[in-house]
Amino acid sequence: MPILPPLDGSHMSRNTLFDKVWDLHAIRTLPSGQSQLFIGLHMIHEVTSPQAFAWLRERKLTVAFPERSVATVDHIVPTENQARPYADGLAEDMMQAIERNCREFGIRLYQPGSGKQGVVHIVAPEQGLTQPGMTVACGDSHTATHGAFGAIAFGIGTSQVRDVLATQTMSMSRMKVRKIDVKGRLKPGVTAKDLILHILRVLSAKGGVGFAYEFAGEGIMSLSMEERMTICNMAIEGGARCGYINPDQVTFDYLKGREFAPTGAAFDKAVAFWKSIASSPDAEFDDVKTFDASAVEPTVTWGISPDQGIAVGEKIPAKESFAASEQPGIEEAYAYMGFKPGQPIAGTSIDVAFIGSCTNGRISDLRAAAEVIKKHGGMVKASVKAFVVPGSEAVKKAAEAEGLHEVFRAHGFEWREAGCSMCLAMNPDKLKGKQLSMSTSNRNFKGRQGSPEGRTLLASPAMVAIAALEGVVTDVRSLLEGGSVPPGRAG
Amino acid sequence: MPSIIKTISGRGIPVRGNDIDTDRIIPARYLRCVTFDGLGAYAFEDDRAQLKAQGKLHSFDDARFAGAKVLVANANFGCGSSREHAPQAIARWGVQAIIAVSYSEIFHGNCVAMGLPAVRVSQADSEALQSIIEADPKAEVILDIEVLKVSVAGKTFACQLGDGPRKQFLNGSWDALGELVEGLPQVKAKAAKLPYLNAFG
Ligand code: SF4
Repeated sequence: MPILPPLDGSHMSRNTLFDKVWDLHAIRTLPSGQSQLFIGLHMIHEVTSPQAFAWLRERKLTVAFPERSVATVDHIVPTENQARPYADGLAEDMMQAIERNCREFGIRLYQPGSGKQGVVHIVAPEQGLTQPGMTVACGDSHTATHGAFGAIAFGIGTSQVRDVLATQTMSMSRMKVRKIDVKGRLKPGVTAKDLILHILRVLSAKGGVGFAYEFAGEGIMSLSMEERMTICNMAIEGGARCGYINPDQVTFDYLKGREFAPTGAAFDKAVAFWKSIASSPDAEFDDVKTFDASAVEPTVTWGISPDQGIAVGEKIPAKESFAASEQPGIEEAYAYMGFKPGQPIAGTSIDVAFIGSCTNGRISDLRAAAEVIKKHGGMVKASVKAFVVPGSEAVKKAAEAEGLHEVFRAHGFEWREAGCSMCLAMNPDKLKGKQLSMSTSNRNFKGRQGSPEGRTLLASPAMVAIAALEGVVTDVRSLLEGGSVPPGRAG
Repeated sequence: MPSIIKTISGRGIPVRGNDIDTDRIIPARYLRCVTFDGLGAYAFEDDRAQLKAQGKLHSFDDARFAGAKVLVANANFGCGSSREHAPQAIARWGVQAIIAVSYSEIFHGNCVAMGLPAVRVSQADSEALQSIIEADPKAEVILDIEVLKVSVAGKTFACQLGDGPRKQFLNGSWDALGELVEGLPQVKAKAAKLPYLNAFG
C-alpha cells in the first residue's frame, strides 16, 4: 500500500464552492503554513465544550464573538424523564457546566423546554443559522451535515473549540476537493440514506481522508433539503472531514422565513451572494467519482464500520472480495456481529429498532417511517423494542401536530423527547448484552449503542420501521406493490 | 504551555487493526466528564474487556508494554467521532507519539493541538514495527521529527508528517492559540467584510 500524501498536501481544485468559501474566510498564513480561518457559525454542545471553557479561564481569555456561537444540549439529555436534576449525576454536572459557561461568556443556549433544543445539527438548520457560504465548526464530527446548505462545515476537537471561542478562528490546512457526481434518480423505496451508505461502501471509510466531498448531479439536486442533510451528515463516515452541496432554489426556499435567515431586501441580496459561492461551471476538482442513483437499492450495514453495507437482497460478503489488508477487519466484523459470509441480511432478527439521530431524526424521516407503519398496518413484534426519538423539540412539535406520534404509539413504538439518545447511548437509552439494533443513525462501531457487545445495523427510517413490525430485516419495497406514495420519499 | 518537540524515544506498544475508531479508543460512557483528567485508565476499555473474556490480552493490559511511549497502529486510526477525549486518553495513559499508516483528519488535528506527534508510515512498515516491538518489547523506539525517521533495533524506517505540523513541533508552536490571538485585529477586519455579517451589503 503506498503512503498516502501528507494531510496538508497540495490541492489543485479551483473555483469550487470549497475554494470560494475558503478564500473568503482565510485571514492569513500562520508560521506553521496553515491558514487562520474565520468561522462564521460555531455550535456548542455539552460533551466537547467544558474543557475548552476551562482552558479559556486558565488563560484568562474571553469569547471573541459570543453572538457567533450557539449552544444546545443533546448527547446526554434523557429522552424519558427530563426532570432536573438528572438521575445521572455526571450528566447533571455536564448540564450545569454548559449552563454556567454560556451564562458567563454570553452565549445563547437552547435548553430543553425552550422549544429550540435538540441535536445540534438539526437545531442550527431549522433556526436558519446555517447558511450557504459560511464556515461552520462544532466539536462534533457530524458537523458535516451543515454542508448540505453549501457551507464548509467540519468537526473539531476540544482544543480547537477553545481556539474558536477565543478568536472565532482556527488554524487549518486546506483540503482537496472530490466531486461525487450522482447521475439519475433514486428509485421508489430507496432513500438518501441508502444512497450515502452505498457511496460509503464503494469509496470506503477512509477513502475521503484529506478531501472535502462535493455531492453533485441530478441524484443529489433532486433531493429535499432534509435528504441532502442526511447525505452530508455521513461524509465523515467516508473519511471526508466535510461534505457539501451547492445551494439552489431548494436551499433558498428552505431558509426563507426561518428565525435567523435574512428578511426582505436582505434576503434577495443574500440569494445573490449564495448563488455566487456555488461551484462555477469551470470548477476544477482534485478528483471525480461517478455514481448512478437509479442503481442504488435499500442498503443495510452488516459489520462494524459504516462502509460495510450491502443491498437488502445481498448476502454478507466473503472476505476474499476485499483487499488483503482489509481482511483481518472483515473477519473481526464477522466475529463481532456473529454473522457468516454467505448469510443473507434479509430475515435477520432484530431486538431493537431506533429511529432518530442527526442523520434521520427530522420531520421527513418520521413521516417516512409513519407512512410505512400505516401501510403495513401491523404492530411492533413482541420481541422488538422500538422507539422514535425526534431530533429536536421543533421536530417533535411538528410531528405531533400531524399526529405522527399517535401512529407510532398505536403500532407499539415508544415516542420520546428530543436528543441523541441511542445514536451513541450517553443517556439512559442503551443496548443490553449482544442485542442487535437496527438504527437510522450513522455509526455501527463496536459498542456504539451503549453495550460493549451490542450490535448495530444501519438503515433508512423506512427500513427500520418495517423491520420493527416484521421483527426481521425486510425489504421495504415489499410494501410498494399496489403503487401509491413510495416510502421514504415523503417531505 | 508550548514547547519544542524534536525526538521522542521510549518503548513501543502495538495496537493492530485498521479503522480503529474513537468509540473503541474511549467508549462514550467516559465522555460524561467535565475534565480530561483520569481518562488514561479507560483507553481501549471495551476492546480490553472483550479480549480478556476470550482469554487474550490487549496490549494496553500486557505488562510487557507497561510504560511504553510510542504507539504503533495501522490504517485510519482514530476514525469516527471528533472527541479529543480519544487522543487525550491515549496521552494520559502515557503515550507521547503515534506511528500509523493513516489517521482520520480530526484525530490527527487533535493530536497536533495537544502536542502529540502522530506520524505516518507505510502499511508494511507499520506491521514490521509492530512485529519488532512484539518480539522485543524492551527495544527503544526513537522517532526523530526533524529528519522524519523511526529507528528501532538497528533498523530505520522513513515516516511522514505534514510540513505544517512538523514545523509546529520543531519550533514549539503546536499550540496555535497564541498566534491566533495575535491575529485578532485582522479577524475583526475580516468580520467587518463578510457579507453575512453585514446584511449582505
Ligand atoms: S445524533 Fe448521534 S451522531 Fe448526531 S450529534 Fe448526536 S450523537 Fe452525534
